[in-house]
Amino acid sequence: MPNQRLVGSRIREKRLDRGLRQASVAETVGISPSYLNLIEHNRRRIGGKLLADLARVLDVDTSLLADGVDGETLDQMRGAAASVGRTVEVDRTEELAARFPGWAALIAMQAQKIAALEERGRVLTDRIAYDPQLAGSLHEVISAVSAIRSSASILVGPEELDQDWQRRFHENIHNDSIRLADSSEALIAYLEAPEGVLEQSGSPFETVENYLERSGFHIAALEEGATPAQVLKEAGLEGSPKAVLREVLNDYAQGVAQLPLAKLEKACRKHNYDPAALAQFFGVPLSVVMRRLAQLPPGKGHPPMGLVICDAAGALTFVKPAPGFTMPRSGGACPLWPLYGALSRQHQPIRMDVQMPGRNGTRALCFALAEPRAPTTFDAPPALQSMMLVIPDPPEPAAEPHPVGVSCRICPRTDCPSRREPALKGMDTQTVL
Amino acid sequence: MGKRVLLIEDEPNIIEAISFILSRDGWTVHTHEDGTSAMDKVLALPPDMIILDVMLPGRSGFDILRDLRGHDVTKQTPVMMLTARGQDKDRDLAMRLGANLFMTKPFSNTEVRDHVRHLMEA
Repeated sequence: MPNQRLVGSRIREKRLDRGLRQASVAETVGISPSYLNLIEHNRRRIGGKLLADLARVLDVDTSLLADGVDGETLDQMRGAAASVGRTVEVDRTEELAARFPGWAALIAMQAQKIAALEERGRVLTDRIAYDPQLAGSLHEVISAVSAIRSSASILVGPEELDQDWQRRFHENIHNDSIRLADSSEALIAYLEAPEGVLEQSGSPFETVENYLERSGFHIAALEEGATPAQVLKEAGLEGSPKAVLREVLNDYAQGVAQLPLAKLEKACRKHNYDPAALAQFFGVPLSVVMRRLAQLPPGKGHPPMGLVICDAAGALTFVKPAPGFTMPRSGGACPLWPLYGALSRQHQPIRMDVQMPGRNGTRALCFALAEPRAPTTFDAPPALQSMMLVIPDPPEPAAEPHPVGVSCRICPRTDCPSRREPALKGMDTQTVL
Repeated sequence: MGKRVLLIEDEPNIIEAISFILSRDGWTVHTHEDGTSAMDKVLALPPDMIILDVMLPGRSGFDILRDLRGHDVTKQTPVMMLTARGQDKDRDLAMRLGANLFMTKPFSNTEVRDHVRHLMEA
């Protein structure tokens, strides 16, 4: 059971929440305080009657202690609450998720789907507002309709019209009606979405990430010698997503050339996935190692690693999620992430242990680095980008991790000086913290 | 001779219809189809009132309106925008630039005629 190792932590958290002493709880359930202490520090496995007794004493559902809830689902549920902008029992999110995991997964999934649909709506709205071809077609239709309406109105008006004028306006209506038919047909043809276009109607970055996610962000074909052009053709993307993917594939292929998979995997185990040690070992830039670590094949025993890249404005241009470390695609991420700190310290790698909110908030080891993504030139600002490699649950976590969050709206750290907007009501409770 | 209305519009059949309506109502209607040379036409007349389209060949009606309001001869001339671009942002821009009225296409002949009468009397 993936969360078994945290059962003790959850028992401790609930006991402290209720202000109960370890000794009194131990006595009530018939065990020694020292044994309860071992349980609470996850040094003894627990289940069955003892777990049920502890749940009863702590006045919680047994499943809440046994199963817990993964942080990502909780973040998505809180995000869903934040998006509706009305009061919901955010402080009981964990309880809801523990008691009804199916419903929790449904809420999280629907929140993701709504976010994707909203993004699609935004893209389509932009298309309607700014697409010059669509604007031109609509203008043509409205112009023809206006001319027909005005001419017809003259013809049916109460005032006398001589035959010459009647003939001219009849001709005009005839010509404009032909023009209207043609322009309407062209408009409908333009609006008819070709197959697959809806799947690509998110932002180009998300479309590319969806494509990469199918293979766990590992592209076996490139690892085995295929060219970026071949993979790009196979991907079947068009327009902006295709352009974004082309850049991603070119970077990927360069990384493969510098760090072939077999050598990288061997060295990773020797150097314990330390990006700095690997960069030194291979004599390649740190950024290449960070990208390659995030491209290691899934299911081969490598620790899961996320990668997030932003531009100089802080906009996320690449997101490979890491388990338990939610990366919001829209609305702005936590400004405390070292990803952003690196932007003001170009070329200086940052290594930082961080922890998401909550007593059991995900711990992660982050490596961040900002540098120009293209050669610099005189009299022009460098095209900066910052990247952050995220390794959740590091084997040797720091004693004092830096507190970070997902995004301000669902972050309970009320005293954070970097906060840019208030948290959703209910996020500032001790239960969440 | 009636007061002069200049219709700056590039759709021939709309030009013909509006010219007919306003002429019958007693106005002397001049027309011009090109955005680039529209200001030259305005200054050569100059008209008592202008009906101005937005999407014109060569130059936008908004740019022409900005020039009209910046010129001593035309800064007080009533201008009625008549456009297929009926979004709020277009209306706001037109009014900020100094349009007296903003009408969207398709339009009613009666409304056009009444608005012209009203603006000329104001």
